[in-house]
Amino acid sequence: MSAARAPLPRWVDIVLIPIINIAMALFVSGLIILAIGENPIEAVGIMLQGAVGYDGGIGYTLYYTTNFIFTGLAVALAFHAGLFNIGGEGQAYIGGLGVGLFLLAFDSVLPFVFLLPLTILACAAFGGAWAFIPAYLQAYRGSHIVITTIMFNFIASALMVYLMVNILIEPGSMSPESRDFMESAHLPFVHDVLGGLGISMVATPLNLSVIWAAICCVLVWIYVWHTRWGYELRTVGQSEKAAVYAGVNPSRVVVVTMCLSGALAGFVGLNEIMGVHHRLLLNFTAGYGFTGIAVALMGRNHPVGVILASLLFGILYQGGAELAFEIPRMTREIVVTIQGLVILFSGALAYMARPWLERLFAMLHRSGSPAMERA
Amino acid sequence: MPAEQSTTTGNPAGGAIPPPPAIRLKHISKSFGAVRANRDVSLEVAKGSIHGIVGENGAGKSTLMSILYGFYEADSGEIEIAGRPARIRNSQEAIGLGIGMVHQHFMLVDTFTVLENVILGAESGALLAPSKDQAARELARLENEYNLYVAPEALVGDLLVGERQRVEILKALYRGAEILILDEPTGVLTPQETDQLFRILRALRDQGVTVILITHKLREIMDVTDAVSVMRGGQMVAHRKTADTDKEELAELMVGRKVRLELDKEPASPGPTRLLAENVTVTDADGVPRLDNVSLTVHAGEIVGIAGVSGNGQSELLEVLSGIAKPSQGRLVLSGREVTAQAPVHPDEARKLGIAHVPEDRHRLGLVTSFSARESAILGYQGAARFNRGPILDGTAITQNCSSLMEQFDVRPPDPWLRSGGFSGGNQQKLILAREMSPHPEVLLVGQPTRGVDIGAIEFIHRQLVARRDAGCAVLLVSVELDEILALSDRILVMFEGRIVGELTGAEADERRIGLMMANAMDSSEHATAGSTMTEQAP
Repeated sequence: MSAARAPLPRWVDIVLIPIINIAMALFVSGLIILAIGENPIEAVGIMLQGAVGYDGGIGYTLYYTTNFIFTGLAVALAFHAGLFNIGGEGQAYIGGLGVGLFLLAFDSVLPFVFLLPLTILACAAFGGAWAFIPAYLQAYRGSHIVITTIMFNFIASALMVYLMVNILIEPGSMSPESRDFMESAHLPFVHDVLGGLGISMVATPLNLSVIWAAICCVLVWIYVWHTRWGYELRTVGQSEKAAVYAGVNPSRVVVVTMCLSGALAGFVGLNEIMGVHHRLLLNFTAGYGFTGIAVALMGRNHPVGVILASLLFGILYQGGAELAFEIPRMTREIVVTIQGLVILFSGALAYMARPWLERLFAMLHRSGSPAMERA
Repeated sequence: MPAEQSTTTGNPAGGAIPPPPAIRLKHISKSFGAVRANRDVSLEVAKGSIHGIVGENGAGKSTLMSILYGFYEADSGEIEIAGRPARIRNSQEAIGLGIGMVHQHFMLVDTFTVLENVILGAESGALLAPSKDQAARELARLENEYNLYVAPEALVGDLLVGERQRVEILKALYRGAEILILDEPTGVLTPQETDQLFRILRALRDQGVTVILITHKLREIMDVTDAVSVMRGGQMVAHRKTADTDKEELAELMVGRKVRLELDKEPASPGPTRLLAENVTVTDADGVPRLDNVSLTVHAGEIVGIAGVSGNGQSELLEVLSGIAKPSQGRLVLSGREVTAQAPVHPDEARKLGIAHVPEDRHRLGLVTSFSARESAILGYQGAARFNRGPILDGTAITQNCSSLMEQFDVRPPDPWLRSGGFSGGNQQKLILAREMSPHPEVLLVGQPTRGVDIGAIEFIHRQLVARRDAGCAVLLVSVELDEILALSDRILVMFEGRIVGELTGAEADERRIGLMMANAMDSSEHATAGSTMTEQAP
């Protein structure tokens, strides 16, 4: 209340604050790396080299990025309607279930050209359906969506274990995995596609779902800012009373938005199940749904920001894996700690530096304005 | 006083010859980013006087008082309290200097008693009982001294608005306030409650308390103040002794040009009924009737004004007529369409029936402050064919629509891409009026059209409403500003506790009669002087 603050220019909000947040995270990470007796500068070098320094690294980075885009968009879309969708993890899990069930049923029946769009639909339907239940409960029964979506993550996890262990497990198999899909039902790997074009690339999990992720970014952008449904969605997010005044039914918007959000999160399953593993298995979501929250926060809930933040997290994931491999003392736990610090500073503490910057800008402004008057 | 001020040489500790003013502000400046809210503002307030500060919204009154109360620190300038230089960095320091503030929106805990509210934040120890005993004695003293009675054990949630305001004043006095700042204190009061408040203020002044009254109502300045300072555009433009000035001069000083306070309008020539409500009741979630058996008609070509203290069912009336709420009982006929609890009308459908609605709460209903003006300018019409090309919103049409609305209604700045919240209150309101009037509705529902709107825009908005009426539109006007109701309405209905308690023609209405109806004291003859129905006497 006491000290003066000035509204921040847009570029500070969009560019400077995220950079400061990452810098703070890296600084604290550096202290930790120093504490275990390694050189932080060297570690950063290895991370960057591992993430973007060679074609295989880039492939892995983009593969992670794909997942983050899906979950980041899911959180961002819901956020515009004022909804905090913490359930990306569960929706991704169930989205993958949709992919698996559909392909297990139809991979021998349909050719790829039909299989692909129908699988995308099945994936969206399952992910969306998993988000529909919390959405309905919020819109018509008043249960808070943050609570219910978190709970639905656990339910999704339990459901998957049950299905995989008891029903979908390949007969005679020791591990809870389904049979492999037929070759014709695999989403092509990028290295295979490039290979077909005569460009050689190391084999990585990167597959064509990365293109679907890019398309989803464009679709979300159009939907939110250039359709009347997006207009109504944002109105509900800003002021439910204004929405009612404008003839919008906020409950319906909540349900529709959450279903779309769940569908977006579900596409992680497309990448993982149809693109990488080619069979249904457990734990393929690996926390992408939760990281999506940090991605959306950091990307200011805009598709372009989500892409940039996803790239950053892709680099962190891939570079971190490389780091654990290269420096024995940098255990996996240390790498996870670094990732966690970035999420902490750019997610939970996203606005920590803001008041300081506001004061700084107010000071700059004050010392600047008398000069302007004299001029 | 203006003369003294300009020659002040700044000799605070000086001789005992003139008593130092209670407050002396010297060359206060304060900027928020590029906005210079206060520019070189100087002000002297004599001890034991009632000093009015008038100015339009955004003139810098609130900023100045926030500086005095420690919410902001001035960028430059000096403050002297009772002749001594003071630095006020937060409200605790302000309270320490004997400054108390009664905010426009009361800062009270509804579920606490009056006594508990008064001691809140000023408890003397960890245990409540001794503080309470001490406070009860002190309150009794204050109440006697200033004739400011409120039952100490009553729950604040059960009190009338005027009584809550007295609790706020007691709170400030309990903390030792010798300077009392009141920010727009009469906005929520009936005329009779306002009179009581002024009696209290005079009593305070006579006991040596210095009162600063911030208001935009010139009548109140003339009624109660000893001196008045006028602010415009962040600057202090004039200081006057109240006895030496009049409303017209003050209005001119506030706006910076001649203002016509009266409105010319021809007598109405009402046409067919456009809006009919029959025994309409709206009950809230707890089953409490917010609108109680209301019947009314509005004809084409007339303005029907709804007077009443805010919160007596006016909002619910607008909501039910615009389709936001549905009637629990009774029926409505909106442009020929029958509306009942079984067949409610949707806001979208109401709009298509030619019912336009300028809502009371423009920040939360009328527009979306974070949207650009062009987006707020289609709120409610986002589905209209002229703004859509297939599934995609037609950006060009939307921008053009906004530009043309801005031109017709003189919205400034005429920038469709500016954030809606970035416009002044008057320009926001003009944008909403433009949006709602442009489809040429048959019925125009208008709630608080000039709340928080500067005088220049008020003139414009009033003229537009009368022009709409003359063009054959049925206008229902809800306002808590009696002056506005009286100036615009052809017929006046008075609401109290969700019921319509009286009807007057525009010609026979005057402030006193409406005021009595607003307090619902008209019928009961034993309360012929309505002022006493809710005065100092304890029940």
